[in-house]
Amino acid sequence: MTAISDRQKLAYIAAQAADARVNVELETEGMILNMGPQHPVTHGTLRIVARLDGEQVISADPVMGYMHRGYEKLVEVRTYPQVTTLINRIDWLGSFANEVPFILAAEQLMEIEAPPRAQWIRTILFELSRISNITLFLGDMAAQLGALTPLFFAFRDREFVLNQIEAVTGGRFHPNFDRIGGIKDDLPKGWLAETKSAMVKMRSFCDEMELLVLGSEIFEARARGVGVIPADVGLQYGLSGANIRASGVDWDIRRDNNIGLAYDQIDWKVWTHTDGDSFARFWVRLQEVREATHMVDQLCDGLPKGPIMAKVPRIIKVPAGEAYVATENPLGEMGYYIVSKGDLTPFRVRIRTASFNNVSIAPWILRGVYVPDIVTILASLYFILGDIDR
Amino acid sequence: MILGQLAFWQETTIKVLLAAIVVPTGAAIAVYLFLFKLISFMQSRLGPMEAGPHGTLQLVAEVGKWLQKEDIIPDKADKFLFKVPPFIVLATTFLLFVVIPAGPNAVVSSLPVGIFYVLAVSSISVIGTLVAGWASANKYAFMGGLRAAGQLIAYELPMVLAVIGVVIQAGTLNLQEIVYQQTNGSIFGFDFIGNPYILTQFVGFVIFMIAVQAELGQTPFDMPVAESEVIGGYMVEYTGIRFLVFFLSEFAAAVGFSAIAATLFLGGWSLPGAWDIPRTAMHFIGPIVILTKAMVLTGVIFWVRFSMPRLREDQLQRMAWKFLIPVSLLNITITAILKVAL
Repeated sequence: MTAISDRQKLAYIAAQAADARVNVELETEGMILNMGPQHPVTHGTLRIVARLDGEQVISADPVMGYMHRGYEKLVEVRTYPQVTTLINRIDWLGSFANEVPFILAAEQLMEIEAPPRAQWIRTILFELSRISNITLFLGDMAAQLGALTPLFFAFRDREFVLNQIEAVTGGRFHPNFDRIGGIKDDLPKGWLAETKSAMVKMRSFCDEMELLVLGSEIFEARARGVGVIPADVGLQYGLSGANIRASGVDWDIRRDNNIGLAYDQIDWKVWTHTDGDSFARFWVRLQEVREATHMVDQLCDGLPKGPIMAKVPRIIKVPAGEAYVATENPLGEMGYYIVSKGDLTPFRVRIRTASFNNVSIAPWILRGVYVPDIVTILASLYFILGDIDR
Repeated sequence: MILGQLAFWQETTIKVLLAAIVVPTGAAIAVYLFLFKLISFMQSRLGPMEAGPHGTLQLVAEVGKWLQKEDIIPDKADKFLFKVPPFIVLATTFLLFVVIPAGPNAVVSSLPVGIFYVLAVSSISVIGTLVAGWASANKYAFMGGLRAAGQLIAYELPMVLAVIGVVIQAGTLNLQEIVYQQTNGSIFGFDFIGNPYILTQFVGFVIFMIAVQAELGQTPFDMPVAESEVIGGYMVEYTGIRFLVFFLSEFAAAVGFSAIAATLFLGGWSLPGAWDIPRTAMHFIGPIVILTKAMVLTGVIFWVRFSMPRLREDQLQRMAWKFLIPVSLLNITITAILKVAL
């Protein structure tokens, strides 16, 4: 894992040779294709500058920053309870999951721990936001490959989960529900049973996707062997989440470095795939959604009784110090590094988001593929623009 | 019939007016039934519901919207070439309908080389798409145009080869004759439903429908207009009425090709096993029968379109040259041997 792999060296040499061939032997000029910032595949404002030889990509560079909103700076002038409103706009499809690592880091500095019931509810909402986020990925990747129907199925079935999130938090997308020391409210009456029936629907959605997308020969032809990321290269680029698990690295923060959430008290499994191609990434995410529904079922069954807030001072001042807490968010590892000087507001916050690293591998992986494969690979890496640019 | 007693100019006027009504109507029915309602049903939503009962007038509203839009021509575009292509494509679509028989006499021109003519004019539309892609002065449009050209050349061949099987069996190129052969024919002596060639030429039928799918640029062969890759391809710079013309020609061509497939493989305007119906009645029933058959096949085209992902360009070419063409050649060989042997 220390040196650049042979495969990367070979790919680089081949690309250089292709360059030389284009410019000298054939005396043709390559074409520079700007994909984005308004291109549909980037679902946001990512820009890919691709140099093409025919339909083959010689080199491709992602240009980020069109949606930079300066969150790291903005949170410096907000009190700790105010920050969650802002940061759940980072990955807007799995909002609740953005709040958790920040709150956990602040709790670590204040040396308080949320009561068990709050931790379990946090975990339930965390997994629900994972399901609602990745459900949309499953539909979106199929749509990027030309099949529109799965996307509508994803939108339809995601509503079941969003309704459950809304019933607890009052917001479909931006719950702003996590508090230092616990959570804002307890669960409404009858919510657990409703959630479990929603999970049954999500499982049938997963079965449907397995038939409709994974079972399609055309999807397989488009995704298998396209955009292969070897495990060592993926680790060098700092990939996380399902992207690295699809390359065969058995690493999940929920299991390996769990802080303040109830993952260690339920029975579940980390899914990995050995291929590392776009198909594997889709497959791993599909299995993760299904696993998450089982996790939510278990969490609903075993939810402990008790208070939902620890004893927290009315005006929250976080003692001076530094803390970094990362969680396994829908997109991958997300962490907050908080530096506090004992004020009402954090002195400095560094946000580590998964998508930034996941997209950084694009120049390496896009070299030598065809233009349609750019779409497949970017869709399968699964980024959210807010998560790249913050 | 009446047409025989009219002067040439009167006959021609009637035919032109009929074509001007029939082709857009067919396209409109296809758009409403399949693009608006079938896709909505498949995607578990309602589709347009506001304009007219169950959204039947939605297309009228859309056409009104497009007609009002500004006709933008890009600065760098080749002005003249940019304006022409939609109308080339539209004209090709109209030419398709010329030889399709809709009844014993209801055919604009019953050419002796009917099916040959259809295959010839259907490939003219590629000139329109290629010119559109070039003249737009847009990289995506250019890529889309080139993809369309490569695709049409690749899939023209299996289509021709699939049709040859029918031609061998019928022994004629005239579409009207092919219909009669199917109505009056027999399969190895059984003649209670005639001989619709979908039964004896099933391989040819499947290849023909795949080639039609590719020729029309529908998913899984929609790389020329792939919205997630080349953002509409050669259509990316077109707005207003020119886009409308492109859009409606696509659907009119879908109906046209389905009508041809219905004529070649499903017995055209004739009803299977219904030789008791008097010939005069077929003048009125025939058009309805062919329209129904064509719409069923259009439905199949759009059903496939909305459930499949898209192939990659090289996979598409590989499928045409390495799979469809050998299979259709084999089909021709077997058909020819059986034709001679039986």
